[in-house]
Amino acid sequence: MLEKALEGGKKYWAWVFFLGIFALSGVYWYLRQFEYGLGLTGLNRDVSWGLYIGQFTFLVGVAASAVMLVIPYYLHDYKKFGKIVILGEFLAIAAVTMCILFIFVDMGQPMRIMNVMLHPTLNSVMFWDSLVLSGYLFINALVGWVTLGSDKKGVPPPKWIKPWIYLSIPWAISIHTVTAFLYAGVPGRHFWLTAVMAARFLASAFAGGPALLIILSLIVRKVSRFDPGKEAIQAVSRIVAYAMFANVFLLGLEFFTAFYSGIPGHTHPFKYLYVGLDGHHELNGIMWLSSIFAVISLVMLWIPGVRKKEGSLVLACIMLFISLWIDKGFGLIIGGFVPNPFEEVNPYWPTYPETMITAGVWAIGFLVLTFLYKIAIGVREQTAGVEIEH
Amino acid sequence: MSMDRRDFLKAAGISSILGFGASVASAANLITGKQLLPPQVDRNKEVLTAKRWAMVVDMSRFRTDEDFTKTIEACHSIHNVPSFPNKKDEIKWVWKTGFERAFPGHENKYMSEHLKDMPFLLLCNHCDNPPCVRVCPTQATYKLPDGITMQDMHRCIGCRFCMAGCPYGARSFNYRDPRPFIKNENKEYPTRTKGVVEKCTFCTERLSVGKMPACVEAAPPGGLLFGDLEDPNSDVRKIVTEKYTIRRKSELGTGPAIYYLIGGGEHA
Amino acid sequence: MKIYNGGPIVLGIAIFLAIALFPFYNNIGKVNATPKPKVDTPAILEYEKLNGKKECVESKEWMRGEHMQLLNQWRDSVVRDYNRGYVSNSNHKRFDMSLQNGCMKCHSNKKKFCDECHNYLSVKPYCWDCHIQPKEEETKS
Repeated sequence: MLEKALEGGKKYWAWVFFLGIFALSGVYWYLRQFEYGLGLTGLNRDVSWGLYIGQFTFLVGVAASAVMLVIPYYLHDYKKFGKIVILGEFLAIAAVTMCILFIFVDMGQPMRIMNVMLHPTLNSVMFWDSLVLSGYLFINALVGWVTLGSDKKGVPPPKWIKPWIYLSIPWAISIHTVTAFLYAGVPGRHFWLTAVMAARFLASAFAGGPALLIILSLIVRKVSRFDPGKEAIQAVSRIVAYAMFANVFLLGLEFFTAFYSGIPGHTHPFKYLYVGLDGHHELNGIMWLSSIFAVISLVMLWIPGVRKKEGSLVLACIMLFISLWIDKGFGLIIGGFVPNPFEEVNPYWPTYPETMITAGVWAIGFLVLTFLYKIAIGVREQTAGVEIEH
Repeated sequence: MSMDRRDFLKAAGISSILGFGASVASAANLITGKQLLPPQVDRNKEVLTAKRWAMVVDMSRFRTDEDFTKTIEACHSIHNVPSFPNKKDEIKWVWKTGFERAFPGHENKYMSEHLKDMPFLLLCNHCDNPPCVRVCPTQATYKLPDGITMQDMHRCIGCRFCMAGCPYGARSFNYRDPRPFIKNENKEYPTRTKGVVEKCTFCTERLSVGKMPACVEAAPPGGLLFGDLEDPNSDVRKIVTEKYTIRRKSELGTGPAIYYLIGGGEHA
Repeated sequence: MKIYNGGPIVLGIAIFLAIALFPFYNNIGKVNATPKPKVDTPAILEYEKLNGKKECVESKEWMRGEHMQLLNQWRDSVVRDYNRGYVSNSNHKRFDMSLQNGCMKCHSNKKKFCDECHNYLSVKPYCWDCHIQPKEEETKS
């Protein structure tokens, strides 16, 4: 099936080339960073995690969202998702690939990465995160490939794949819970020390991932003869609506606990992010943008007339995705580090090399996504009209 | 014998996974290797041992700026701690800061600026229950049996989870190669390289040859007391039992081992 | 026999051979002297004067193959277990387990000792990123 990724028209190759340029530039800037050290980024002694780890955190959520298609289709026999489950699984593969790449570019001594396996540390959440992420990548690659291959041949997939599919459901929940535990178990950072961190993560994952999936499905329909199905997209949009409500609600809960209790450790990070602290307002603009986009997209998703029109639906999804990308991929991280343990503000902002490396990793992820989607589309176009049995 | 392409690829895939796995296993064995055991390895006779090393800081003994700089310089110079021109790359193992920064939340709005800026010496607290050790994925930071939270710069992968975990801001990261920024290299101690985390180690390399930590020796007399909390006759134990001391953010349950003496005191 | 796409295939094979065989034909004619690590630093000669012979922590043959394993074990023993002394298997003397303050005190000529074999085998250990190399001294050659 791999050969399907190599058959494409001018627009396909132009897109691949465009991504390739960013990927190569990312590789170049990473080599510069490898030579100089992470000082090439905007990180400092106080804000020791920044854009890379933020993007990793956000993308783990996108990866977990495949489960929102798997559960209705495989557990509840919602046949309308039959044709697009593969899109969710392939999105998960691309997202986990990006997660692993972001971890790699963030490490100070990447050549020593095998130490995590050579000296397994069961009390370290990061050890477990590396295990569950690798496992999730493997499961999705296995399930996606086998089911797509069977679809291509027009036969149901082999029985042994079913346990793997069922395993992917709790596994998806676990990857994002474990990632949330990276933050929620650390005693000194009150912005992160909240029991609802994992719940927030899962809610934003199940809103942001499927929102991206809707956008991607509409693109797929436009550039190929494979139509994911109007009803399937509408079903996903309802999932996004509920998940986004949960996400905004949980964020509201955080605000309440922080400001009603008035404890400085809890209020100061929120103040820094939204209204500024000690005269530092670096993040206020984008944090308000994120919150406004969140509310607008939620309202749009909740008005059936707006949600049912694909034009306005895609606009809501784009705003939602951007909102969550800012909130989880940046604001969450910085809020944990500012103000520092001494109640000082030493702000962080990504540098140009850091941004180019980030863009490079996204480009590589989108290349993986493009190739995998091309294969999936190729199979679906070939088997159009054939009933999918799983 | 003929084999179709699928079977060939399956066989090739499985054998390369097995081969790769075997080579990783043997490489791992080569790297981790057998541990050296006593009596082939031993400690020096003059080694200083304790059940629980701790430090008492008496800020009343630090009177001049020079008292501080001498103490800090003693540590930073023998450990080849670099000094960078820009703040964002800063590395420090022990440093001075004001009261409201050392104990945020303990100040009140009526306090004079003089009190708020009263200087305190800060370093790694070598906690009983350190979050940094809990989160390190490679055990590059770990507890020694004598209570010291140690750092193995060889094993650190530079993930900086420990820096996120430390509630005290005690850890620094080498964002770039430190060597050009070391004023006078101490040839008897290594430097670090870019990409690893470092912090105060309570001078284990000095303890193992019978010497006190560098800051303790360089501090004004009685300024820094270093001893075994589990030894009822030690200075630190006597002070902690009978005088009022505070520790930073002790409500977090980390169990810091740096005790700040309130009010000064008479001791040897 | 008809070869389909013969032109590109032959070209591809030629490029592959050009790249894969590069290390070999690039080194034709270059001198490959066997490495001769020098053990005549002042410190070693001093030891020889006092003890009648040159002695390392273990035998030369064993060290040649195993010094990296030994250093790894020393590293873990010193950093993680507080140990300092190592009793040699060959001469039962106690040595300080230290690269900078032990091995390099005798072998202070890194260029003429360590690098001789390492360069020949294209081994680049990164110990020296952190462990300070001793200043090269004049040796009697």
